[in-house]
Amino acid sequence: MIEVRDLGVRFAADAPPVVAGVSFTVETGETFGLVGESGCGKSTVLRALAGLITDYAGEVRLDGAALPAARPRSFFKRVQMVFQDPYGSLHPRQTIQAQLLEPLRNQALARPADAVGAALDAVGLPRTAAFRFPHQLSGGQRQRVAIARALMLQPDILLLDEPTSALDVSVQAEILNLLMDLRAQRNLTCILVSHDLAVVAHMCHRIAVMQGGRIVDSFDAATLRAGQPAHPYTQELLAASEAYGEGAAG
Amino acid sequence: MSATPLTDAPLIEARNLRIAFGRGEHAVPVVHGVSFTLGREKLGIVGESGAGKSTVGRALMRLLPPAARVTADQLAFRDIDLLAANERQMMALRGRRMGLILQDPKYSLNPVVPVGDQIAEAWRLHHRGRAGAREAKERTLAILEAVKIRDPARVARLYPHEISGGMGQRVMIAMMLIAGPDVVIADEPTSALDVTVRLEVLHLLDELIESRGLGLILVSHDLNLVRRFCDRVIIMYAGRVMETLRAADLDRAEHPYTRGLLASLPSIRHGQDRLPVLRRDPAWLAGAGGTP
Repeated sequence: MIEVRDLGVRFAADAPPVVAGVSFTVETGETFGLVGESGCGKSTVLRALAGLITDYAGEVRLDGAALPAARPRSFFKRVQMVFQDPYGSLHPRQTIQAQLLEPLRNQALARPADAVGAALDAVGLPRTAAFRFPHQLSGGQRQRVAIARALMLQPDILLLDEPTSALDVSVQAEILNLLMDLRAQRNLTCILVSHDLAVVAHMCHRIAVMQGGRIVDSFDAATLRAGQPAHPYTQELLAASEAYGEGAAG
Repeated sequence: MSATPLTDAPLIEARNLRIAFGRGEHAVPVVHGVSFTLGREKLGIVGESGAGKSTVGRALMRLLPPAARVTADQLAFRDIDLLAANERQMMALRGRRMGLILQDPKYSLNPVVPVGDQIAEAWRLHHRGRAGAREAKERTLAILEAVKIRDPARVARLYPHEISGGMGQRVMIAMMLIAGPDVVIADEPTSALDVTVRLEVLHLLDELIESRGLGLILVSHDLNLVRRFCDRVIIMYAGRVMETLRAADLDRAEHPYTRGLLASLPSIRHGQDRLPVLRRDPAWLAGAGGTP
């Protein structure tokens, strides 16, 4: 469904590339994980895919058709993004209702009276949340709003950039469950970027590891669970994640 | 409290510590009667955001804003009553006897001063009178070497933006240790670091704490981290201590809150369809460590 070929991004002509020669494909209904440490370029890949970075080299194909670097408006009906920081990604002075309706307004679509209520239901928020401002909600609730907003246009592809790393583990569990439910209900195709191997192992079918702007390793979830990824860097990440994780259970 | 025997008198003793913001009827209590002691050991304080764990850490150094009201039956560092001490005594205590490491070196270091000068400044501040520039410099290089920075003379000349996050946190540790404190309060010291760097910094901190026989309070939201690095763990929820237990016994924790937190962690090795979600019981607020 999504095909990325030889993606390259550099932020200055004389600077080394931030992303170099990244290629992968994601099938319909699949969740694809991009893991790596800070600065490896994983978020940049996602931003280039989402059209937030227009100056990239290489090609992004959606259902076989190459996308122009400046994405057409119709693209955003199909592809939506959820960001890491639920404090930064919502407008502080707009009600939740106004923010949920904005995607519909941008697409010049009808705004049925029930749209906001239904969206809030879908992410498990009370309908009264429509009249709140972001500062009146907790971090987990805000992330639910951000997910509701991404789903307003009924997209079939969701790009998730560290959707739970600003949240407590208890709230992270709720959001991950919600994402898995929505994914099953709507047959969503997802790309999840995270630094947390456990989150990626939990959510993703296939996983690629990035280092220094390149994909150095890729494997499916079963390989990761069995602890069998071959690349030394993946092994290092796995060892570091498990060294203080999972305890006796690991 | 835990029955872990302490080899000597406690470094820090807190009994029924209560903290509220604001005055009179509008006061918002955030810590409700927390008690613990710290010996020469590594004590973790774990909880979700808003549990009051950082507030407790700050209260020990009296670094809370003026609107905070701190009361306790006892709050002492060795023989010094932290509630009665005047600001002058606190100034002598902060840094010199109790060190603090914060989460993000990017915000804790002065961006326009080379890191070596910042470490030297910390040393001179705490050794007034005998603090020659040359000695301060030698001490700086020695402490940078102690925190395993390979080329101390070069790194000392760098500015904070020229060093990595892991190196920045080593510099923070060096700056804190150079004053020679007895107790270190580390507030989420590795949360801003990548997982591979995190381990290195923790090993380093662990080694330095052990070899110098210091007491450590590690404030963290990360159960796994605390489980690996601490001797004892205090689990806090909504300003109360839910339970205190040996870190090695965390898997056998009995409190439903602790068990809920542990269960909600996704696992690399074990696939699950759904993660168990924490059910918060209002009875927790009345039960442990609550109203006297």
